[in-house]
Amino acid sequence: MSAAATALPAAEERGAPLAPLSRLRLLTRNKLALTGAVAAAILVLIAVFAPLIAPYDPARPDFTAALREPGWAHWLGTDDLGRDQLSRVVYGVRASLQIGLLAVALAFAAGVPLGLIAGYYGRFADSVVSRLTDTLLAFPFLVLAVGLATILGPSLLNATIAVGVSQIPAVIRITRAETLRLKHLDYVAAAVANGGGDGTVLFRHILPGALSALTVQATVGIPTAIIGEALLSFLGLGVQPPSPSLGVMLSSAQAYIAAAPWMAVFPGLAIIAATLAFNLLGDGLRDILDPQGDSR
Amino acid sequence: MTTSTAPPALSVRDLSVVFRTPTRVVHAVDGLSFDIAAGEVLAVVGESGCGKSVTSTAVLGLLPPTASVGGSIRLGGRELVGADESELRDVRGRELAMIFQEPMTSLNPVLTIGRQVGEVLRRHQGIGRREARERAVDLLDLVGIPAPAQRARDYPHQLSGGMRQRVMIAIAIACDPAVLIADEPTTALDVTVQAGILEVLRSLRERLGTAIVLITHDLGVVADTADRVLVMYAGRGVEQAPVDELFGAPRHPYTRGLLGAVPVPGRGRAAGGRRRLQEIPGLVPSLTEQPDRCTFQPRCSYADERCGEQRPALRALRAPRERDERSAGYERYGPERHEAACWYPVPVHPEPTEPEPTEEEAAS
Repeated sequence: MSAAATALPAAEERGAPLAPLSRLRLLTRNKLALTGAVAAAILVLIAVFAPLIAPYDPARPDFTAALREPGWAHWLGTDDLGRDQLSRVVYGVRASLQIGLLAVALAFAAGVPLGLIAGYYGRFADSVVSRLTDTLLAFPFLVLAVGLATILGPSLLNATIAVGVSQIPAVIRITRAETLRLKHLDYVAAAVANGGGDGTVLFRHILPGALSALTVQATVGIPTAIIGEALLSFLGLGVQPPSPSLGVMLSSAQAYIAAAPWMAVFPGLAIIAATLAFNLLGDGLRDILDPQGDSR
Repeated sequence: MTTSTAPPALSVRDLSVVFRTPTRVVHAVDGLSFDIAAGEVLAVVGESGCGKSVTSTAVLGLLPPTASVGGSIRLGGRELVGADESELRDVRGRELAMIFQEPMTSLNPVLTIGRQVGEVLRRHQGIGRREARERAVDLLDLVGIPAPAQRARDYPHQLSGGMRQRVMIAIAIACDPAVLIADEPTTALDVTVQAGILEVLRSLRERLGTAIVLITHDLGVVADTADRVLVMYAGRGVEQAPVDELFGAPRHPYTRGLLGAVPVPGRGRAAGGRRRLQEIPGLVPSLTEQPDRCTFQPRCSYADERCGEQRPALRALRAPRERDERSAGYERYGPERHEAACWYPVPVHPEPTEPEPTEEEAAS
């Protein structure tokens, strides 16, 4: 047993929870995670400052400049209506991230409480929640999202809901599994023995223990949601033209794939970049937060 | 230590705990009774699997739903057997607190220890965050944690095992409970740390008048800390006596066996050559049946037919001769009382003429 002052390095080796600062240090040591974090941060900045970055109005057509190749006036070229591709990609990233974050937030708002209830109370509650989860999981993610969006009708909000709901089962599964693991730990028993009610035990003792798994799930949920948004918009079930979205851009690029390949290439690259950034970050976080794994 | 006139802080009567599974029934605790007064330390000893921990879990009402609890557990006049969950929750941590065996895992790794101590205070005493924080620092100081204001900001992994056990004690005594149950509080700690923890428990008893139920299988800890000892065997109480008397004159063959299994440096050689440490032959019986006999009979060298046919109750024995004048008027609850559940209590040396139990319990 080391004294408090020297305890940190030893604790790190044992995989005990780390203070926030040393976790950040681990993140910078993991190259892939760092790349993902930096890329994700750049994407978020692009989304936030989209109006400042975009050189043109992304929705204003200019028929004198239709289907221009990438050049000095339009770095990424223009589309069939003469809209600036760079501006549309910037705003498309904004829409993607917005939907991605909102959908994941929705999935967590619904999935975490359900998972906690199922895992902690077990028995009847668990049966109900788990069978519901199984039912939803029987559909592949994208099929479920498309189905829900079709039922709800095409709009930005409905696309967000569809993508979010499609992610709920995964969140429930992870929360439930973590709750099952944590509720048998001594400190949870100790909290009950000291008079802790269900609320205290669930939110102060079980949920914090599940946070690392949930953080990873959130980070890998965002790229999934981005792809979901792109697909829905591509099929006309998500963002409605003329609003810019990466999926909408891909959809309209179909007809010009031979004549103006840049119309498809740049939104495609943007989707890849956004997905890759959050996936790398998520994988990196998993390595860092998993006490069993070798984080270096 | 205490007078026998005060009502017991915790009174357990005829406690039984039965676990029913589809394939078998286990009688983990069978007809156990004991009392503990304020400021008293009662040690509960016995082999692994004799029902010590089940008893403490039952007192806290934390047994799983597969267990059925019978008998009575009264805490300061309040019946805990059959009390509803919200009432139990109110009692736990406030009037009845528990220290667990494993200090390494009994603290939440993601909360500072100051918050964990303060949490109990805020829950039961409805005080604010800041006040809880100050009280938490005081409590950490009380259990002997150096620089408590700084340590309160530490996370459990920054503390050693002994320090964590002190934090567990601080949490347990935060609301000044009447009864503290310590389930093997020192088993996971090394010997020097163990002495420190026992010292903390002793000072609590003196300063706060807490009644402490000390569950352990370490007879050294018992001799060092306890006022009275309850020996359990196979879910039943087999002997109960003040600590000096139990060690000096054990009356139940099982207790004798337990004491005989403790190595005493030098004793074997002084008695002429090396002697093998005496173990109790045989194993703890399975608890799936509830035999109408002495449960220790198969392992007992004193047993005869009567032991195999009738179950001996825990009865008061006449005290050794030097105490005779004081032993006349035992009350129903008396810390000086020596009880054993045996048809043929082992005679007290050097008075082999006194094996017969008396029937003083008839009044109850």
